[in-house]
Formats: sequence, structure tokens, C-alpha cells
Amino acid sequence: MKQFWKSMLKSPSGVIGLVILLFAISVAVFGPMLFPNSPWRMVQRPFLPPFTLSNVPLGTDALGRDVFAGMIFGARVSLLVGLVSTLVALVVGVPIGAMAGYFGGKVDDALMRFTEFFQTIPSFALAIVLVAILQPSIYSIVASIAVVSWPPVARLVRGEVLSLRTREYVQAAVVTGQSNSWIILREILPNALSPVIVLASLMVATAILLESSLSFLGLGDPNLISWGYMVGAGRTVIRQAWWITVFPGVAILISVLGLNLIGEGLNDALNPRLSREGR
Amino acid sequence: MLSFVAQRVAKGVIVLLAIVVLNFFLIRLAPGDPAVVMAGEAGASDQVFVKQLREKFGLDKPLPEQLFIYVKGVVSLDLGFSFRQQAPVAKLIGERLPATLLLTLTAFAISLALGILFGTFAARFAGTFLDTGITIFALIFYAMPIFWVALMGILLFSVTFDWLPSFGYETVGANLTGLAHAVDVAKHLIMPAMTLGLFFMATYTRMTRASMLEVKRLDFVKTARAKGLSDAVIQRRHVLRNALLPVVTLAGVHSGTLIGGAVITETVFAWPGIGRLMYDALLQRDYNLLLGVFVICSAMVLIFNLITDLVYRLVDPRIEYAS
Repeated sequence: MKQFWKSMLKSPSGVIGLVILLFAISVAVFGPMLFPNSPWRMVQRPFLPPFTLSNVPLGTDALGRDVFAGMIFGARVSLLVGLVSTLVALVVGVPIGAMAGYFGGKVDDALMRFTEFFQTIPSFALAIVLVAILQPSIYSIVASIAVVSWPPVARLVRGEVLSLRTREYVQAAVVTGQSNSWIILREILPNALSPVIVLASLMVATAILLESSLSFLGLGDPNLISWGYMVGAGRTVIRQAWWITVFPGVAILISVLGLNLIGEGLNDALNPRLSREGR
Repeated sequence: MLSFVAQRVAKGVIVLLAIVVLNFFLIRLAPGDPAVVMAGEAGASDQVFVKQLREKFGLDKPLPEQLFIYVKGVVSLDLGFSFRQQAPVAKLIGERLPATLLLTLTAFAISLALGILFGTFAARFAGTFLDTGITIFALIFYAMPIFWVALMGILLFSVTFDWLPSFGYETVGANLTGLAHAVDVAKHLIMPAMTLGLFFMATYTRMTRASMLEVKRLDFVKTARAKGLSDAVIQRRHVLRNALLPVVTLAGVHSGTLIGGAVITETVFAWPGIGRLMYDALLQRDYNLLLGVFVICSAMVLIFNLITDLVYRLVDPRIEYAS
């Protein structure tokens, strides 16, 4: 573990990513306490340009709502949806991949055809259809992002399990009569964890992008403000008020960038063999 | 080769059928009794009309039979009727398909060409300032949501500089023909295609760079160098050709994302393709149309995947599909 942090902190992208993520998390957790302005309430005249009033630093939108407050409250939704939907995708993908890789044969065939099927369907289109049909809410958004993002997890875990299954220590566990689930959970999965962690960090980034795109199209949770919703709402007035679309987009860009950098740092730290060349 | 194509087509058809079945159940999940919804949309919701609709669309029959009717309809390209637009779904999609193909294929060409170019440069000058610059550039584009890139493009090139039109497929009411029309369409195409292309360009840049650096270390490159071949020849003929294989695979995997990106891009730029149609269907809660577009998108992805598989074979002659 110490080793891990050491190599993680040696990778510049990992450090920058961690700093960005910590900042985003603290904004999401503490921001709403420090800035109690409700993002839905009218606080000033509409279309107030940014940097004119110190208590509304980023100006107001078409309804006089505080853009800065929206960004702070939006951080909660983006990070929460990103994390939870990734967790759900892992909960679905890891067992499917583990079973396919461990049992092989017909089980593997069936599970992998099923996975391939989900991989063929255009993911964003499926997410749109699912949210539209289940009605937009934070639950339907998390569910549909998870539905479209678990297949790569299953494939990755399957590959790892396939190669670990033939190792001696796994064979030893089989010989000693351990149950299949015990072997998978205690012997195989812990050793297959590092590439899954790398993938998961990138999945959180993708999930944030997906959530913002859904909200942008008007498929966000109507009770929660999110960055994608703000950009979507500012879109029609972009000629008069550039700031309504620019700032929330920068927030998305920075969070996604941070998570991608963490993914790279994790990759360097956890899979030193695979780390990129040319540095 | 031929048997490989046949095999892949057969597999694709099976997947498509499965998607159609999934679609059928998704329609059933949509809120409300479809007949009542349709009657409401058609503007009359009395009992007799609802009953007529139910009979017309076979909604009074048992579920497996309904499924059979639905699948039979889709196979004969009958994707249902959009009451909102008062037209068959298949016709609406057919009208919009060329614009989407123009947009996605242009974006795909841009992303692949620029991505391979930048990736090659980055790998060639690995560790230098140029490499770092390209890598950062790619990382940033990879993290930007497509809708935001689109809006920033409009803000910069339409609002501030007034160089490019911000929406539509052609200048409305200009009635241009021939070359003038083509130029007009191209002007409208630049921003949407670049928006969609830049995201994927970032991916291909990173992939090309990584895979070229990987191939460079392999023995056959050393052999080529030992033979005294020039650096340019080695880069082009030995490294790039082999390094492109994973890029081709990635292009196939990304075709679904490309379609998803088209939905966003077409929405922002009011580009009259099926992505925009999907958005309109979404706003009006026109489920027949929404799911029709979804089936067609899936079919497009399947076709695109088949093409990438064939291209893969052309690029990499080592692969034999006969077995």
C-alpha cells in the first residue's frame, strides 16, 4: 500500500488528478454549506454578467439564478452519479466476468454473447431510451448509465480470471476442496483487482460525461441542478449570455480531466509493466 | 473470406433481432396503455377508437403473438406510425438518414486522419515538448463534453467572428444549386463535423501514440533497422502499419459512441439527421419514433462493425478467417 502511494505520487498525472478530484469532492461536500444560496432561487436581475457583484461572482442566468451556486450544487449530482453508477456497473460486471472466466465452456459462451450484445447497442442511444421510458430521475439516470457501462468490466474481469484460474495457488485451493465461490472471492478476485480499479476510475469520468449529456438533452432529474442541465438551459441565450454555458462546461471538463489523469496515474502505479513509454 | 462475411452477417442479423425484441419490451415499459396514448396523440380518446386502435395494432392479442407481429413489421421495414408527425416512422428516418451519414462519416474521416497524424508525431518525437503538447491537447479534448465543444464553437466562430453558420444543413431560402449548394452545405457541415470529430481524434491520437511506441520495440523493427532501411521507411511501412491495427479495432468499438455523439451534435446545430429526430421524439415523448431511431442506430453500428472487421482483414493479412 505504501509502495502504491509512492509510485502514484511519482506520476505527475496522478498527482494533478488527485488534486483536482480532492478539490471537486470538497466542493461537492462542503460547498453547499458555505454557499447556502439555493441554485433555484432568483437572487439578482436576470443576465447579470459575471465578476460584477461579489456575492454573485459568476453572474445570473435567464431567470436571475446564481450560476456559481448552480455549479457548486451541480458538483454533488455529477460526482454522485459518476460514482454510484460506476459502482452499480461493477456490481453487475464483476460477477458476470468472474463466472464466465472461472467456469468457462457453455457458461462462458452464454455470458459473453450476452455481454457482446450489450456492447453492440449504441450506448448513449440506449441510455436516452431507458431514461425517457423510465421517466427522468436520479435513479433512472444511474440505472441506465450502469446498464450501458458494465460490459467492459465483465470482459476485463473474464480475461483476468481466465489467466489466474490456472495458477498453482488456485489449483491448490481446488485440491483442498474449497467451494467455487470461496475460490473466486478469496483467491482470484483480489488478484484481478488492479486493472479493474484503473478501468473504474475512467468509468467514473465517462459516467459524468454521460450524465451531463443526458441532462443537457433535458433528461436530468427535474429536482436536481446539474452542470449538463445548466449548459442546456443557457444554450438558447448563448448570444446574450455566454457565461451561463461556459462556466458549467469548464467544471465538467476539469472533473473529467482529473479522473482521466487519476486513471493514468493508477495505471502507472498498479501496472508498472504496462506503463507508458517515452517519458 | 466469403464464408467469413456470411458468418458475420448472420451473427449481425441475430443481434439485430435480439435488439428488436428488446425494443418490443421497452415499448411495453413506456408509461400508459399504448392504445390510449396513441388515441390521445391522435386527438380522440373515446372508447370505440381506443378499441379500434387496439385491434389494428394487435394489442388485444397475447404477448408472444404481439411480439411476432412486431418483429414481422420491423423485418419488412415497418417501424410503426408516429402520430405526432403524422407519418410512418420508417419514412421519417429514411428522409433524415443521408444527413446523419454525411455528418458521421465526415467526422469519422477527420478524427481518424488527424488522430493518426498527431499520434504519429507524438510517438516520433516521444518525450519532447511536441509530444507533451499533443498529449495535453488530446487529454483536454477527451475530457470535454461534445455539447459544450459545440456551443463553444458557435460562440467563437458564429457569434464572435461570424465566419460560420451556427445551425442547419443549408441556408434557408437561398435555393442554391450545383457547386454553390455544395459549398453552402460544406460551410454548414464544418462545425458539426469538427465538434464530433475532435473527441474521437483525441482517442485515436492517444491510441496511435501508445501503439506506435509499443511496436517500435519489437524485433522486426530492429531487423529492419539492421538491414539499413531509412528511418522514414521503417516508420511508415513497419511501425505505422502494425500500429494501426488496434486503432482500427478501436474505430469499430467506437461506432456506437459516434452515433451517440451525433444525437448531441445534431441537436445543438439543428442538423436534420436522425439524431435530431431522436431529440424531437424525446421532447414530444413520441415513443414509436424514439424506438424506431434506436433500432436504426443499432443496425448502423452493426454494419459499421462488419466493415471494420473487413478492413482489419485488409490491413492485417496475418489473420485468416477461413477456419
